[in-house]
Amino acid sequence: MLSALLVMAGIAIVLGAVLGFSAVKFRVEGNPLVDKIDAILPQTQCGQCGYPGCRPYAEAIAAGEADINRCPPGGEEGIRKLADLLGVEFKPFGGGTVLKPKSVAFIDENLCIGCTLCFQACPVDAIAGAAKQMHTIIASECTGCELCVAPCPVDCISMVPITEKITTWKWKYPVYTLAQAK
Amino acid sequence: MRTLYQFNGGIHPPENKEPSTQSGIARAPLPSKLVIPFRQHAGAAAKPIVRAGDRVLKGQLIGMPDGFISSAVHASTSGTIAAIGAQPIAHPSGLPDLCATLIPDGREEWIAHAAPSTSLRTEFDYRNSDPAELRQQLRMSGVVGLGGAVFPGDIKLRPGNRKIDTLILNGAECEPYITCDDMLMRERAAEIVQGAEMLRFMLDAGEVLIGIEDNKPQAIAAMRQAVTESGLPFEVVVVPTIYPGGSAKQLIRVLTGLEVPSGKLPTDIGVQCFNVATAYSAYRALAHGEPVLSRIITITGNVRRAQNFEVLLGTPVRDLAALGEALPDTDRYLMGGPMMGLPLASTDIPLVKASNCIIAASDKLFPPAPPALPCIRCMRCAEACPADLQPMDLFWFSQSKEFDKAQQFSLFDCIECGACSYVCPSHIPLVQYFQFAKSEIRAREQDQQAADHARERHEFREYRFEREKQEKAEKLAAREQAAKQAQPAVPSMNPADAMQQKIQAAIARAREQAAASKPKNTENLTAQQQAEIAEIEARRAHIHELAKSAGEHKKE
Amino acid sequence: MSALFSPFISKPDTVSAIMLRVLLALLPGIALYVWHFGPAILVSIALASLTALGTEALMLKLRNRPVMHFVSDNSALLTGWLLALSIPPLAPWWLVVVGTAFAIAIAKHLYGGLGNNPFNPAMIGYAVLIISFPAQMTHWLTPHGLGPVEVGFLEQLKYMFVGALPPNVTLDAVTMATPLDTLKTRLHLDESVGQIFEMPIYGRLAGQGSEMVSLGFLLGGLYLLAARIITWHIPVAFLGTLFAAAGIFHLADPAHYAAPLFHWFSGAAMLGAFFILTDPVTGPTTNKGKLIFAAGAGLLTYLIRAFGSFPDGIAFATLLMNICVPLIVLYTQPPVFGKKAKASGKEKGQP
Repeated sequence: MLSALLVMAGIAIVLGAVLGFSAVKFRVEGNPLVDKIDAILPQTQCGQCGYPGCRPYAEAIAAGEADINRCPPGGEEGIRKLADLLGVEFKPFGGGTVLKPKSVAFIDENLCIGCTLCFQACPVDAIAGAAKQMHTIIASECTGCELCVAPCPVDCISMVPITEKITTWKWKYPVYTLAQAK
Repeated sequence: MRTLYQFNGGIHPPENKEPSTQSGIARAPLPSKLVIPFRQHAGAAAKPIVRAGDRVLKGQLIGMPDGFISSAVHASTSGTIAAIGAQPIAHPSGLPDLCATLIPDGREEWIAHAAPSTSLRTEFDYRNSDPAELRQQLRMSGVVGLGGAVFPGDIKLRPGNRKIDTLILNGAECEPYITCDDMLMRERAAEIVQGAEMLRFMLDAGEVLIGIEDNKPQAIAAMRQAVTESGLPFEVVVVPTIYPGGSAKQLIRVLTGLEVPSGKLPTDIGVQCFNVATAYSAYRALAHGEPVLSRIITITGNVRRAQNFEVLLGTPVRDLAALGEALPDTDRYLMGGPMMGLPLASTDIPLVKASNCIIAASDKLFPPAPPALPCIRCMRCAEACPADLQPMDLFWFSQSKEFDKAQQFSLFDCIECGACSYVCPSHIPLVQYFQFAKSEIRAREQDQQAADHARERHEFREYRFEREKQEKAEKLAAREQAAKQAQPAVPSMNPADAMQQKIQAAIARAREQAAASKPKNTENLTAQQQAEIAEIEARRAHIHELAKSAGEHKKE
Repeated sequence: MSALFSPFISKPDTVSAIMLRVLLALLPGIALYVWHFGPAILVSIALASLTALGTEALMLKLRNRPVMHFVSDNSALLTGWLLALSIPPLAPWWLVVVGTAFAIAIAKHLYGGLGNNPFNPAMIGYAVLIISFPAQMTHWLTPHGLGPVEVGFLEQLKYMFVGALPPNVTLDAVTMATPLDTLKTRLHLDESVGQIFEMPIYGRLAGQGSEMVSLGFLLGGLYLLAARIITWHIPVAFLGTLFAAAGIFHLADPAHYAAPLFHWFSGAAMLGAFFILTDPVTGPTTNKGKLIFAAGAGLLTYLIRAFGSFPDGIAFATLLMNICVPLIVLYTQPPVFGKKAKASGKEKGQP
C-alpha cells in the first residue's frame, strides 16, 4: 500500500517537474493578438467596418467587441483567416455589405478646385497637392478606400476599377467537367 | 568516355520528329503584315521609339530596352508602321499587349552599317573588346534565350560571384514534335560553335560541353565536325533521350552531376547554360551586326508538309500554317510542344522569339483526355517527376488551397514540365493546379506587401499629425514665454497704440509671407501661358458658379 | 474537339485498367481456391461484386455524382473481391452483403469516395464482421478429402442462402477452423507445435490446400510487380518483417512458435502483402514510408497471431498502420532536386 502511494507520488512529482521545466525552457513568445489580426487585415483604412482604420478594428476584434465579418476589402478569404486565427466559426458577410472590385481613385482635373479637403481625408497620403494647386492621386499608393470621394465639394473624384493586365494576370482555379449533366 | 549522371523520373513520349526533318530549313516568304510585340522577352517590355506612320528599315530599333531585365525589339523588315496598339498575343490569359503593326514594303532594305549576311566583318575582333560592351551590344541586338524562356542573354553573361567552370550548350530538344534546334545544328553548326566561343569568352568559362540527345545522329555528327574544324577544345556529349532532359537544371545535372540549389542560379555553382539557337543569334549579332529578326520554327502535326522554316518575328501563325499546308480538320494550333505548349486563341497571333514550334492539332492527333478521376495516390507522378517532388501532395494542397503547405512541399521547385500529368492514370490536369497555386501565392505576396506598405504610410501619417500637434504646442508655449519676457522692455503706451503696433507688425509679417510665397515665374509670361492661365481662371470662376448654384446637388 | 490544355498527350493508362489488372492477378489464387475447396468461393465473390457495385451506385446517386463515371473505375469491384476472399465462403449470404455494403458505403463513400478514404475499406468490412459475427466467421470450408462429410455445391448454395443443411449433416462436419485458428487453440491446450503439425490439416508448409492458395496469390503478386503496378517495398518489407519476427520466436522456442514459412503461407499473409497493404489510397506515398508501413504491419500481424486473441492479424495490422500513414509520410519526404545536402550526387548513368 505504502509503496503504491510512494510510486504514484513520485511519478506525479517527476512529471510535474518536467512540465514546469518545459514551460520555462521552451516558452514561446507569441505576438500579441492585435498585431496578428492587424497583419491579416488589408490595410485599406477605409472605415467600412465602422472603426477609424484597420488597427482600431483589430483591437476591437481582439477585445471581442467586433465581429469578424465587417471588412469587405479583405473578402471572404480575410474572414476565413480571422476565423482560423481566433478559432471561431466562419461567418459570411452581413446582408447589407456590398463587395466592390478593387479600384483606384481618379481626380478629374477639369473640375478640381484645389481645396485640399481630399488629401486631408486620405489615410495613406496618396494624394499630392497644395492649396489652390492641382491635386492628383498617386495611383500606386491608393488603396481604394473611397474616403476622399465624399469630402470633395465639386465631386471630381471617381473610383476606377483596376483592370487585369498581362503583368497582373493570375491563373484561374482549374475546373473540369466530369460528365455531361443530364 | 565522359560519365553521365541521371535525374529522377522522366518519361518517354512518342517523338514524332521524323516528319519535320525530312527537308531542310526553308525561308518563309515575306508576310503581308507583321505584328511585333514589344514584350518578347522576360522582364519589362521594350519602350516603343517609333510612331504610327513612321517608315522603318530592316533591323531598325523600334523598341528600347526598359530597365535592368529587358531587351530590344527591332523591325523584322523594311516597311511602314501602321499602328502601335494592343493586339492579341500568345499568352494563356488571352489578353492583348502593345505591338507594332508593320506593313512590309517588299524591299527588305537593311538599316545602314549592318554587314551583308554572307560576309564576315573582318575588322571586328571580339577578343579585344570589353565584355561589358559586348553585353550591351547583345542587349541592343535583342539577343534572348531562344530555348523558350526568352531571358535576356546579356544578363546571363554578367560576371557572378564565382568563376564559371562549364558553359553548356543545350542542343537536347527533348520535347516531341519540335525539331528546330536539330535542323539548326545540322545546317549551321559552324556558326553555333563560333557563337559558343564568343559566349565562353564573355563568361571566361573553362570548358564547353554541347549536350545533344541521342535521337539526333546527324546533328551530333555536324556539330562534332564543326568543333573539329574550328580547332576549339569543345566537347559534344551525347545524352540519353528522355523528357525533360533538355530542361536547363536537368541537363546540368546529367552533364556535370551538379544540382542547381533551389532558388539559386546555375552561375552560383559555376555553370551556365545557353540554347544552341541563342549561341547562333549571339554570333550573328556580334560578328555580323544583325539583330534578332527571325528564328527557326517547326510547323508540324496535322499538316501535309511538316518542315522547319526561318520565319520573321511578327509573322502571324496563319501564314506558317499555310506554308505547312494544315489539313482541313485542324481545330486548333499549339505554340510549343505537346507537353508544355500553349493553345492559341486565333491564327492572327504573331510568332515571337519564344515560338519554337507550331503544332496543328486535331481531334485524331490529340484526343481530349478522359474526364478526370480523383487522385488514387498511385505515385506514378512522383516516379516521373524530374525535380524529385511529390506531385500528388502538391495537388491535394493546391486543390484545397492550402498554399502554405504547398510551399512547404517545394511547389516553386516545380518546372511545370507536365511529366506528372502525362503519367497520371486518373488524367488529372496537375500542371494547371500548380500554375494556379503559384500565381495565387505570388498575388497574395504582392497584396501582403501592398498592405504592409499602406500600413506604414498610415502609421507615418498619424505620427506626422502627432508631431505637428506637438510642434504647434511647443511654438505656442515658446511664444508665450517670449511675450512674457519681452513685455517689461516695451515702454508703456496707451492700449490703442499697443494695438496699432500689433496690427502693423501683423501686416508686415503677412506682407513678408505673401512675398515669400509669391510665384517667381510670373514675369515674362508667353502668350500661350497667359492664355492658359486665363482659361484656368475662367474655369475656376465657372466652377464657383456651379458650386454656388448647385445647392442640394446629390452625389450618386 | 482536340485536347484543351497541356500536356496534350498522355499515357494511355486509366484507373479502371489498373484495377482490372489487379483483379486479374487475383485469379491464380482464386483458381487454386476453387480447386482445393470447391466453387463456393465464386458465389461469395459474385455476391460481393454485386453488392459492391450496387452500393457504390447508390452512394454516388445520393452524393449527386456522375454514377457511370465512378462505378466504371472497378475500384468497388476490387474491394468486394478482397473482402470475399477474406471471409469463409460458406458464410450466410447476408454476411458478405453486410460486410461489402459497410466497406463501400461507410469506409469509402462517407469519407469522400475514391481516393479520400484513410482506411482500407475491405479491411474495415472484415473487422466489422469479425467483431460482430465471430461465430459465422469461423466456419471455413474443409479442403477436399479432409472432412468426414462432403456436401455438393448445390447443398452449399442452399446453406448460404437459406440456411438449411442436408439432413444428418451438422455444420461442424463440413467446416473447420483455419490452420492458424487450429494452431492457436491447440497451443492454448498445451500441445507443442510439432504435435499440432502432424494433424491432417497441415500440408507441407502450412494448411493443406490453403498453402496452395497462398502460393497462387504470391504468383499474382509477382505479376503485379512485373507489370509495375506495385513496387517491391511493401511486399518485401512485410514478408521480411514477418519472417524475421517469426524466425526469432521460432528459434527461441520451436515448441510454441511456428516456423516463419508457415506464417508466410497461411492466413492472408500473401494476400495482404501483395493486394491489401499495397492499396495506394490508404498507403504511404514515399518509398521509405512504404518500408516502415509494411514493416510495422508485419510486426503487428505476427504479434496478433502469436499473442493476440484473433487467429489472423492482417486486417487489424493494416488498419492500425493506416492510422500512422500521415505521420509516416510527413517524416519520410524524399529530398527535392536542388535541396539535397550534397550538391553533386555521384550515381552513374548510362552514357
